[in-house]
Amino acid sequence: MAIEVRIPTILRTYTDGAKAVDASGATLEELIGDLEVRHPGIKARIVDDGKLRRFVNIYLNDEDVRFLGGLGTPISDGDTVTVLPAVAGG
Amino acid sequence: MLTISRELVDQIIAHATADHPDEACGVIAGRAGVPERFVPMENAERSPTFYRFDSMEQFRVWRDMDDNDEEPVVIYHSHTATEAYPSRTDVSYASEPFAHYVLYSTALTQFRSFRIVDGVVEEEDVKILEPGA
Repeated sequence: MAIEVRIPTILRTYTDGAKAVDASGATLEELIGDLEVRHPGIKARIVDDGKLRRFVNIYLNDEDVRFLGGLGTPISDGDTVTVLPAVAGG
Repeated sequence: MLTISRELVDQIIAHATADHPDEACGVIAGRAGVPERFVPMENAERSPTFYRFDSMEQFRVWRDMDDNDEEPVVIYHSHTATEAYPSRTDVSYASEPFAHYVLYSTALTQFRSFRIVDGVVEEEDVKILEPGA
């Protein structure tokens, strides 16, 4: 089961510059685990202490996963997951 | 160096002035490093000391840029009581290494531009292209 994961510019150092990569998993958490196996180091930039980092947005298709089930959000074949660092500051 | 048209500079200043005393924020999309398309964003925090793009609006704007082969050439926000220099939070959340981070201070009417990469801030010159020039 391949799910397309769109990688933001700042994390492409982990994907050899690729803008999108494939990963698999039945939930977002599993997907990120699989992403880490394929692209070591990337997980820590997305997840901290078992939770989504506050300033990283993850979208399942067109929805922010914070409004779905967070890391437990179920994912199906053919879905697209987009990772975008929040644009924020003071 | 950031090279930017007078029209875009005026749009940033108008947005910042309209939202004062809250911080205003937005993006200018473009290609090959040339800022072209002005995209004012909602400050989801509606705060005089903090800004954050609304996550769904950001998703749509980033997808549009992707579809148009554009990039976020400029990411701007205002400071409403302090100088136009990146704050500690600006530096720690900066996540677009190729963007020009433009700050406009409504308090001091200062317009300045920076690169923020891996926690390091570097100010750059701003060249404003006047109409007809």
